[in-house]
Amino acid sequence: MAEAAAGRGRRAGARLREGAPLLPFFAYLVIFLVIPTVAVLVGSVYLDGSFSFGRIHELFSSTALAALWKSVLLSASTAVVGAVLGAVLAWLVASSPPTSVLRRMMLSLCSVLAQFGGVALAFAFVATVGSTGVLTLWVAHLGVDLAGSGWLYTLTGLVLVYTYFQIPLMVIVFLPALEGLKAQWREAAVSLGATGWQYWRQVAVPLLTPAFLGSMLLLFANAFAAYATAAALVSIGSPIVPLLIRQALTSEVVLGQSGFAYALALEMIVVVAVVMVAYTLLVRRTSRWLR
Amino acid sequence: MTRRTRALRVVLLVLFGIFFLLPIYASALFSLRRPGGGHSMAAWTAIVSDDQLYPAVLVSLGLAFVSVVLMLLLLVPTMIWVRLRAPWARRLVEFLCLLPLTIPALVIVVGLKGVYAWVTYFLGFIGLGESALALTFIYVVLTLPYAYRALDTSLSAIDLQTLAEAARSLGAGWTATITRVVVPNIWSGMLSASFIAIAVVLGEYTIASLMGYQNLQVVIVLLGKTDGPTSVAASLATILLGFVLLLVLSLATRGRRRHVVGGAVR
Repeated sequence: MAEAAAGRGRRAGARLREGAPLLPFFAYLVIFLVIPTVAVLVGSVYLDGSFSFGRIHELFSSTALAALWKSVLLSASTAVVGAVLGAVLAWLVASSPPTSVLRRMMLSLCSVLAQFGGVALAFAFVATVGSTGVLTLWVAHLGVDLAGSGWLYTLTGLVLVYTYFQIPLMVIVFLPALEGLKAQWREAAVSLGATGWQYWRQVAVPLLTPAFLGSMLLLFANAFAAYATAAALVSIGSPIVPLLIRQALTSEVVLGQSGFAYALALEMIVVVAVVMVAYTLLVRRTSRWLR
Repeated sequence: MTRRTRALRVVLLVLFGIFFLLPIYASALFSLRRPGGGHSMAAWTAIVSDDQLYPAVLVSLGLAFVSVVLMLLLLVPTMIWVRLRAPWARRLVEFLCLLPLTIPALVIVVGLKGVYAWVTYFLGFIGLGESALALTFIYVVLTLPYAYRALDTSLSAIDLQTLAEAARSLGAGWTATITRVVVPNIWSGMLSASFIAIAVVLGEYTIASLMGYQNLQVVIVLLGKTDGPTSVAASLATILLGFVLLLVLSLATRGRRRHVVGGAVR
């Protein structure tokens, strides 16, 4: 008994020594990631020393529900369009020679547009189809008013700009699955008498479906949480959840909306977390054959 | 490949090309416009001369530099140690590094506002109370998912255990083992991690704007209301810089591995 306890003690001591160099990393992440997240969770039900579901209740007000609905609409539509078009583009990339410079350029561009665009994409579209945009002025000669009634600064405009970064993101997350299709599988199918169409329909598509759906979920979460593009484009009103959070954050003193931002942030965590869990499950299914 | 598929590929590539390059081309034209008509480089020179824009460019470059250094200092020793001596912590470290993909930056801002008094105290304590460089601490968190993947790939490619044992048996301490034996072998991974971190920091808007700091993207948005061409020129410059960084990276690691940066959640 005593020996076993001493053994446990020694093991615990070893763990402590092994774990000590990891402390700075864990401490850093606790301060700058875990505490802020926990603060949101706590703040949405507990503020100024009292516990209440009042703020959660506010999520079901008509403003909040309308914003949620538009966010879901925006995320879902751009996820579907982005996934379909992105899969086509990924197929074009996958069937090009792996070392070609054109392919590397396409992938680098995809990476930049998908992940680091933010504000820049909003301005690129203002410069293209805004009221004095380049394309707007070109087609104005043909008598077409492209800028219309400022649709670029509404939900319609967001759908267009979001699609612009969703397609490249789809290429980046879907390409590995597409490249995981082994040439032997195609050869096996063809040697058994399958046509190209039959191979795609009965072998490739069923294999790729989990990856495709998983990528679509990732695109949904990406659009749902995106803030910079929308914030740069829409300065009046708060049609979607991230912009409603901005409004709650910047006007909380004036309107006494204190804490509403917490509830909205909680809503965002819940939606994104649910989607990401589903994504993880689908990816696990894909990785079974993707080696 | 049949002729029909080849034709289809070309048509599709051209259509995608137009969709993706038109806004970039239009931005370039737009940024060269002069208010009265005609062309000028004024918007581009403003990036390094405008009273409001240039300081913000410097702030963002400074943030990128400090964030990269801090990220490498935090992540490289931790990931090496986890592989060598504390494999039980590997799952947890990976989970924490990838967590920022699931927790949107917006949520971190809301949470930070709640504990803001405490954070400003901490920042004031280390002398960064007013400076935008305070953002660096949160930016390191944002870069972790990308940096983790880049470093993980290059650590997997070397025989870390053997290298470390060889160094240790020749009398090197842990610091020497990491800085003089392991680091030179994962140089490419550290470079990828740094380049991607630079791209993340230069493009960051959400946290800076909501915390009230003026970095490059915040000033671009401010300028957008008064001086369209300049803000379009500056935002095009950030996209092009990011593109060049990633292209150089992809060409530098030619053939060694596929350069794929996993999905981001902004």
